Amino acid sequence: MLVWTSLVSTLPFEWAQFGFMQNALLAVLIVTPLFAFLGCMVINNQMAFFSDAIGHSALTGIAIGVIVGLANPLWAMALFALLLAVGITILRRYSAASSDTVIGIVMSFTVALGIVILSRGGGFNRYSRYLIGDLLSITPAEIVMLCIVTVVFLTIWVTLFNRIFLVSINTSLARSRKIPVWITQGLFASITALIVTLSIQWVGILVINALIILPATASRNVAKSMKEYLWFSALISVIAGVSGLIASYYMSTATGATIVLFSMIFYVCSLIGGKIRGR
Amino acid sequence: MKDNNQNANPGLVCGACCTRLENVGVSFGKNEVLKGINLHIHCGQLAAIIGPNGAGKTTLFRAILGEIPYTGTIHNELSDVKSMRKLTMGYVPQRLDFDASSPVSVLDLFSASLSSRPVWLGHSSIVKNQAIHALESVDAKHLIHARLGTLSGGQLQRVLLALALTPIPDLLLLDEPVSGVDPSGIELFYRMVSELRRTYHLAVLLISHDCAIAGRYADRMLFLNQAVLCDGKPADVLRNDIVVKTFGSIAVTDLPRTNEPSPVCDITGKEV
Repeated sequence: MLVWTSLVSTLPFEWAQFGFMQNALLAVLIVTPLFAFLGCMVINNQMAFFSDAIGHSALTGIAIGVIVGLANPLWAMALFALLLAVGITILRRYSAASSDTVIGIVMSFTVALGIVILSRGGGFNRYSRYLIGDLLSITPAEIVMLCIVTVVFLTIWVTLFNRIFLVSINTSLARSRKIPVWITQGLFASITALIVTLSIQWVGILVINALIILPATASRNVAKSMKEYLWFSALISVIAGVSGLIASYYMSTATGATIVLFSMIFYVCSLIGGKIRGR
Repeated sequence: MKDNNQNANPGLVCGACCTRLENVGVSFGKNEVLKGINLHIHCGQLAAIIGPNGAGKTTLFRAILGEIPYTGTIHNELSDVKSMRKLTMGYVPQRLDFDASSPVSVLDLFSASLSSRPVWLGHSSIVKNQAIHALESVDAKHLIHARLGTLSGGQLQRVLLALALTPIPDLLLLDEPVSGVDPSGIELFYRMVSELRRTYHLAVLLISHDCAIAGRYADRMLFLNQAVLCDGKPADVLRNDIVVKTFGSIAVTDLPRTNEPSPVCDITGKEV
């Protein structure tokens, strides 16, 4: 950590001298490639709406945390998101309704429930920071936690990626390769839920899904193979993340949303880039 | 049709049984999709499954693959002289429902299926050689770096067949493998499957909508509608009353009637 702060403070910029920006920059560098990798498979699994719903359900997670009396509702949020991920996976398997209907219903319910509990006595404003998120408030201890999450995620991404990928292409095809389809889907849904939930306090419920989806969508427009898809996506995510962070410092805007706008620029460029690459 | 006579040569079908289904049934909620299925699928035999829409053909495959819960027993072991081993299955889906803009290359598909090295970290040369070899056998080597979304229906089916054949399976399941393929492509596909079955002594189970062409290449034909209603040589099954009632009269004039007793058929769906 000390090495990092001294390294960043040698940069000849005003923002690089502040501790909160040094922390935020490190967090962005860790979390944006993670989001990008995750986003690639979220889109391949057609789960963009699912990850959005998980983000929104955090409201209920926070509410449960408040009811139980936790100072930091993070664990309540994570547990609730996990339950929801498993629940939706099961519903998708056994329900005749299409999966976006199932997810839509679950999302409306959890958002409403969360707002009702948190707004009791008119105190919802206290929780509005979760809606927008505050990346600049991240502490070194939280960065350590992010590192641990990243290591766990990468381990899964190296060992189980091919399975998750095959299941996303065709479940019967995956089954013929002896891949346990439902376990794999449940596992992927759980990873997505956990990462979304853990990141919400810094990024915000309203924009977190954009951060996951946009780099992957942009990359998709130009990539010709899975390798290109994931790496382009990570590159776009990191550049947009760093640019967004610095821009938000100078414009005094919310960091998460500013990063999303930069990702959007990449998305528009990718539409043109795809045409040039003949894709 | 000399070809057919060769196909029908019983000497090609060994006694070894690949997959056995005993009284298999599948229900989705209250909806009973399959019931009382008893089937023995033999090595070296190309069996075609025909039946109306919603007859449970794809469901039968999904049960055999172990993807959905079923009642009854499905034996998927190959009983060698020495030991029992789990059956290797190859599967070609009816259609691959994927986003055509998806950045998945043919090599990605092979790599993910054959190796545990994550495809986003590149492909091993062993896997690449395996893929080239497999694609060569279906005349699709040039497609190895193509994106799935850019392939034509026939090309995609050939790629999926090559994938299903790597490694060589004991049982090959083809779910309407030629839907969306042009007529010359269909003929090519059937000839290829027929050849492979002979070369590798595979058990092939094929769902088909095109009874006439399936009849020319298959050794055995099953008429499925919730249960196996008819089971026998294609020439006989296609002339059977139940089948004619469903599909209308199919031009089977080029299929000689066999001298065997008429196929096992029963409208009630019970095994006779």
